[in-house]
Amino acid sequence: MSGPGIVAYLVLSSLLFGIGVAGVLLRRSPLIVLLALEIMLNASNLALVVFSRHWANGDGQIFALTVMVVAASEAVIGLGLIVAMSRRKLPLDVDKMAHMKG
Amino acid sequence: MLVANLAGDIIVWFVWIAAAFTLLGSGMAVVLFQNPFYSALALILNLGSLAVLYLLLQAEFVAAAQVLVYAGAIVVLFLFVIAYLGGRADAPWAGSGRVRFIATAVATIAISAEIVVAVAIEADEGLATSQEISSSFGSPREIGELFLSNHLLAFEVTSIVLFIAAVGAAVLGAGARRRDAGATTTTEDTTS
Repeated sequence: MSGPGIVAYLVLSSLLFGIGVAGVLLRRSPLIVLLALEIMLNASNLALVVFSRHWANGDGQIFALTVMVVAASEAVIGLGLIVAMSRRKLPLDVDKMAHMKG
Repeated sequence: MLVANLAGDIIVWFVWIAAAFTLLGSGMAVVLFQNPFYSALALILNLGSLAVLYLLLQAEFVAAAQVLVYAGAIVVLFLFVIAYLGGRADAPWAGSGRVRFIATAVATIAISAEIVVAVAIEADEGLATSQEISSSFGSPREIGELFLSNHLLAFEVTSIVLFIAAVGAAVLGAGARRRDAGATTTTEDTTS
């Protein structure tokens, strides 16, 4: 494999995952939380594709494509929920959405 | 031949470093921008640089799917919703809390543990040599063959997941419209 080795990719992927976690924890807008979730899914996808290349096995890429499908479904449902929240005039703030808290 | 190899290696390194810095920088921009519109635009940059990394890993089909599915569909959907919500989508930073502090600490420890494990395995030469691959690795033909032979069940379940997501989005939209029609005659019952 020319260029950087697998560990460089893995470190990059974990840093990207950390950025996504920070986004979910630090922001209150559900839109930004969804965007940060997409970043986390992409970080895991990068690790999957790197290991697929490392072991010369295409299964990791299949897994990455499946994760992509799940990410698309999650974005559709999440955005539908946000639009529904906005139509019911609920505050777009994840800290205030605490009705189901025990 | 050796010179050509060296030049190719240098180009690969250069592209990798540029893509890696764009990836991390645009990822931070997604989280840090106050305006969600700019966050979504930064996410496009993030996904594009990730597609470049996929190309370096010879995952051509995944790179193409990444650009089509994410930049072409998901981010456009995000931009539509952000435009629909307008200024209401802006939200400040979350306040501090004990739970959030603990969650941040746990996440930081877990992620640094992953980095340490990866570097330790590298020091142990466990991941030093990659397997050789054929030139057709990651091509649409190979992906298609894998999907329709070894992973046929995953392929079919994928279509069911997409169908359920589409139905769910339609139900959410239709339910909200019915409530909107009802809310014009009855009193507001959702503020709390």
